[in-house]
Amino acid sequence: MFGKLSWDAIPTTEPIVIYTLAVVGLIGLALVGSITWKRKWGYLWREWFTSVDHKKIGCMYIIVALVMLLRGFSDAIMMRTQQAMAASGGPGYLPPDHYDQIFTAHGVIMIFFMAMPFVVGLMNIVVPLQIGARDVAYPFLNALSFWLFVVGAALVNISLGVGEFARTGWVAYPPLSGLAYSPGVGVDYYIWSLQISGIGTLLTGLNFFVTILKMRTEGMSLFKMPVFTWTALCTSILILAAFPILTATLFMLSLDRYLDMHFFTNEAGGNPMMYVNLIWAWGHPEVYILILPAFGIFSEIAATFSSKRLFGYASLVWATIAITILSFIVWLHHFFTMGAGANVNAFFGIMTMIIAVPTGVKIFTWLFTMYRGRVRFETPMLWTLGFIVTFSIGGMTGVLLAVPGADFLLHNSLFLIAHFHNVIIGGAVFGYMAGLTYWFPKAFGFRLNDRLGRIAFWCWLTGFYFAFMPSYVLGFMGMTRRLNHFNNPEWRPWLMLELVGVGIILCGVAAQALQLYVSIRNRHAYRDLSGDPWDARTLEWATASPPPFYNFAEQPKVDDLDAYWGMKERAVSTLKHTDYRSIHMPRNTSSGLVISVFALICSFALVWHIWWMAIVGLVASIVAVIVRSYDDDIDYFVPAEEVARIEKARLKDLAEA
Amino acid sequence: MYKQSQIHSSAGTSHGSSRSYMIGFIVSVVLTVIPFALVMYPSLPRHVTAWAVVALGVVQVFAHLKYFLHLDTAQEQRWNLIALIFSVIIIVLLVGLSLWIMNSIHHNMLAH
Amino acid sequence: MSNIVIEKDIAHNHEQGHEDAGSLSVFGFWIYLMTDCILFATLFAGYAVLRDSVAGGPSTVDIFELPYVLAETALLLVSSITYGYAMLAMNRNDPAHVLRWLAVTFVLGCGFIGMEINEFHHLIAQGYGPSRSGLLTAFFTLVGTHGAHVLTGLVWMAVLMAQVWQRGLTSTNTTRLSCLSLFWHFLDVVWICVFTVVYLLGVV
Repeated sequence: MFGKLSWDAIPTTEPIVIYTLAVVGLIGLALVGSITWKRKWGYLWREWFTSVDHKKIGCMYIIVALVMLLRGFSDAIMMRTQQAMAASGGPGYLPPDHYDQIFTAHGVIMIFFMAMPFVVGLMNIVVPLQIGARDVAYPFLNALSFWLFVVGAALVNISLGVGEFARTGWVAYPPLSGLAYSPGVGVDYYIWSLQISGIGTLLTGLNFFVTILKMRTEGMSLFKMPVFTWTALCTSILILAAFPILTATLFMLSLDRYLDMHFFTNEAGGNPMMYVNLIWAWGHPEVYILILPAFGIFSEIAATFSSKRLFGYASLVWATIAITILSFIVWLHHFFTMGAGANVNAFFGIMTMIIAVPTGVKIFTWLFTMYRGRVRFETPMLWTLGFIVTFSIGGMTGVLLAVPGADFLLHNSLFLIAHFHNVIIGGAVFGYMAGLTYWFPKAFGFRLNDRLGRIAFWCWLTGFYFAFMPSYVLGFMGMTRRLNHFNNPEWRPWLMLELVGVGIILCGVAAQALQLYVSIRNRHAYRDLSGDPWDARTLEWATASPPPFYNFAEQPKVDDLDAYWGMKERAVSTLKHTDYRSIHMPRNTSSGLVISVFALICSFALVWHIWWMAIVGLVASIVAVIVRSYDDDIDYFVPAEEVARIEKARLKDLAEA
Repeated sequence: MYKQSQIHSSAGTSHGSSRSYMIGFIVSVVLTVIPFALVMYPSLPRHVTAWAVVALGVVQVFAHLKYFLHLDTAQEQRWNLIALIFSVIIIVLLVGLSLWIMNSIHHNMLAH
Repeated sequence: MSNIVIEKDIAHNHEQGHEDAGSLSVFGFWIYLMTDCILFATLFAGYAVLRDSVAGGPSTVDIFELPYVLAETALLLVSSITYGYAMLAMNRNDPAHVLRWLAVTFVLGCGFIGMEINEFHHLIAQGYGPSRSGLLTAFFTLVGTHGAHVLTGLVWMAVLMAQVWQRGLTSTNTTRLSCLSLFWHFLDVVWICVFTVVYLLGVV
C-alpha cells in the first residue's frame, strides 16, 4: 500500500539526525505558531504565496536560499569537524555512510538550493526594473518556477527525516548511483528533487531570455542594457542550452533504477562513463550560470561606487558572450583521468585555458573602472575588492588544473576542492552577498545595518582564506577528497587551521543573521525615502524603494547607457503630475503552488515506490494545469486613480528625502 | 503587456498557404520514400547509402522548417532563426564532442 | 541627493518595446522547443554510444521492420499536413473546419501511437525489452520519449479542441493552436531524425 515506506524510514538510530529534526521541528512550530498568533496567514497567502510579482518572487527565492545556506553550511561544519577529529586514525564521530550523505547533501544543497536560487532571486528582483519593464514575460510561469524549486528543496529536506539521502557525491556517478550499489531511496530523492527544480530553472531561463529580448523599454537597445542584464541574458541562454542535458541524463539514470534498463550499468552493455560525459556537459555550463550573474553584480557595483561609468562596456559584453559559447567546449576537464587519451585531453585542456582569457579581461575592466574614480568603500565595494583578489587566485589554480598532466596528480585531491571553493565562494557567493547588500534597500525600502555588514565581510574573507588555502597544500601532499578518516599526522595541522577558518566564517554568517534581525527591528530608522541610497546609475534606482507593484507608472524612454545617471544629470524625472493611465497587470494565482504540491506528492511517491500515489499526483498536476488553462480571469487593469495615488505618495517621500 | 489582439494573432510566425503545405508534403513524401527504398532495396555500397540517407534526412528537415514551420529570414522571424542556429551549434558540439570522447575512451579500453 | 525637477519628458503612452501577448507566447514556445531539441540530442548521443552494445542479444538489423516504420512515418507526415489545414481554417476564422481537421490529426496521431505501442509490445513479448541490452535500452528510450511527446500533444489537442468548441476562436485559443502547431511539426522533424538514425542506419 505504501511501497517501500514504513516507520523504519525514520532514522531513530542516528542521534545527530534526531537532534537536528527536533531543533528544526521546534523552530518550525515556533514560526507557524507566531504566524497563526499574529493572524498573518491571509496576508502571506494573498501577498506572497499567490503572487506573480517578480519582486516578491525574487525575495522568496533569496529567503529560501539563505535558509538552505544554513543547512549546507552545517554540513560543511560537520565534515570539517569530522576530518579534524579523524586525522590521526581515529574514526571521528560520523560513520562513513552518514558522512557520505553529508558531503553529497552539502554539494547538492549549495549548488542547487543555495547558489541557483540566489542567482534567480537577484535576477528576478532586478532585471525587469533595469530594462524599464513592468514584469517578466510570463509572470505565472515565474511563480510556477519558484514553487517547483521549493518542491525540490522540500524533497532534500524531507530525506533527512524520512529515509536517507544519496551517498554518491553531488554528481552521483553510476555504477555507484545505480540500483545495484545504491538500492535505497537516497539516489531517488536526489533524482526527483533535481528533476523537479530543474524544470523550474529551465522555465526561469526561458522567462528571462524572452523578457530581456522582447520587453526592454523604448530606446534601450541591446548595447544600452546594464551589464547585469547582459549577464542575466547569457545566464538564461546557458540555462536553456544546458539544463535539458541534465534532465535527459537524470532521466536515463532513473530508467536504469526504475525499469531495470542498461544505460549506465556494469552489465548488459551499459556504459557508466557515458554518464560522466553527459553530466559534465551540463555541469560545466552550470558553474558559469553561477558565476556570470556575479560578474554582472560586480560590474554594477564597481561603476556605482567608483562614481564613474563602467570601463570597457563593450569588451565586458563580448567577454560574457565568449564565455557563454566557450563553456560548451571545455567540459572534459572534469574527467581528464577517465581515459580519453592525449588528443582529446589536449583539445579540452587548451580550450579550458582559453576560457580563462575573457574572465581575465573582465578583471582588468573592473580595475580600470576603479582607476581614477572616486571610490567609496561601502560594503558592496568591499565584497567586490575581496572578490577581485580571491577569484583571481582561484582562476589561476583553475588554469593550472587545466593542464592534463598536472590534473592527473591533482584530480579529486584537496587541491581541486580548494580551487572550486575558491571560485565559487570568492566569486559567486561574494557576488551574491554584494548584490544582496546593494539591492536590499531597493527591495525592502530600508538599508541594512552597515557595521554588521562590514564585520560579516571581513569574517567571510579571512574565514575563507583560513578554511581553504591549506587545502591547496594538502592537495599537493596527496590528500584525497571525501575522506572519512585517515592516518597522516602531517595533514593534521592544516586541517586544524581549516577548522579555525570554518569557525571564522561561522562568525560571518552569524553577523549576517544578526544584521538582518537588527535592520528589520530598526527599519524605520534605516528607511530610505529617495529610492537611490547609493547614488547609482541604472534604471532600477529610478523607482521608489520598494517599487510599486507595477514598477513604472510610465515606462521611461532611454537613450544611453546608465540610463538613470543620464536622467539625474539632465534633471529629468520618471514621474508625472498628470495624465496617469490605467495599467494592465496579471492577477495573483494559487495555480503554481497547487501544481507544485501535486508534483511533490508524485515525486515523494516515486521515491518510495508508492505507485498509486505517484499516478494520482501526476494526474492531479496535469488536471491543475488544464484547470489553469480554462481560467479566463488572469489579468486586470489598475485604475488610473490608484496609480496616481501611489505616485503622489512617492513624490511626497522624495520631497522629504 | 497583454494587449488582446484580434483573432488573427500575428504570433511571431508567418502564415502558410494551402500551396506551401502541399509542396512541403510532396517534397517530404519524396524525401521519405527515396531513403527507405535505398535501404530496403540496397543497390549502392553500404556507406554511400548511409550518407545518402543522412543527407536526404537533413534536406527533409529543412523542408519541414520552411514549408510547415514557415521559418525564413524575415524580420519577425529573426530571433527564431538565431535561436535555431544557436541550438544547432550546441547540438553539433554536444553530440560531436561526446562521440569523439566516448569513441576515444572505447578505443583506449582496448575494445575489439 | 540629486535635485529632480519634475518634467513631462517621457514617452508615448502605449506599451513599449514588445509585441502583443500572443506572439510573445509563441516565441517563448519556440524557445522551449529549442531546449527540447537539446534534450533529444542527448538521447540521440546516448543511442549512438550504445548502438553496438547488444550484450549477446539482437542487433538493430534483427529487430526493425522498415515497411512498418514507413507506415508510421506516413501517418505522422499526413497528420502534419492536416494540422496545417486546421491552421489555415483558423486564419480564415472558421472554427468548424478547425475542429474537423484537428479531429483528423488526432486520429492519425492515435494511429501512430497505436502502431508504436504494438511494435514495443511485439519486441517485449519476444524478450527484447529495454532491460535486455544497452542497445534496446537506448532504442526504447529514444523512440519512447518521442512517443511520449506525441501522446502529450494528443492530450493537449483534445483539451484545445474542447476549448475551441466551447469558446470559439478567441485570441487565447488561436495562440495556443499556434503553439501546438509548432509542437506538432517539431515532433515530425524529430521523427525524421529518428527514422533516419535509428531505423534506416540501423538496417543499412
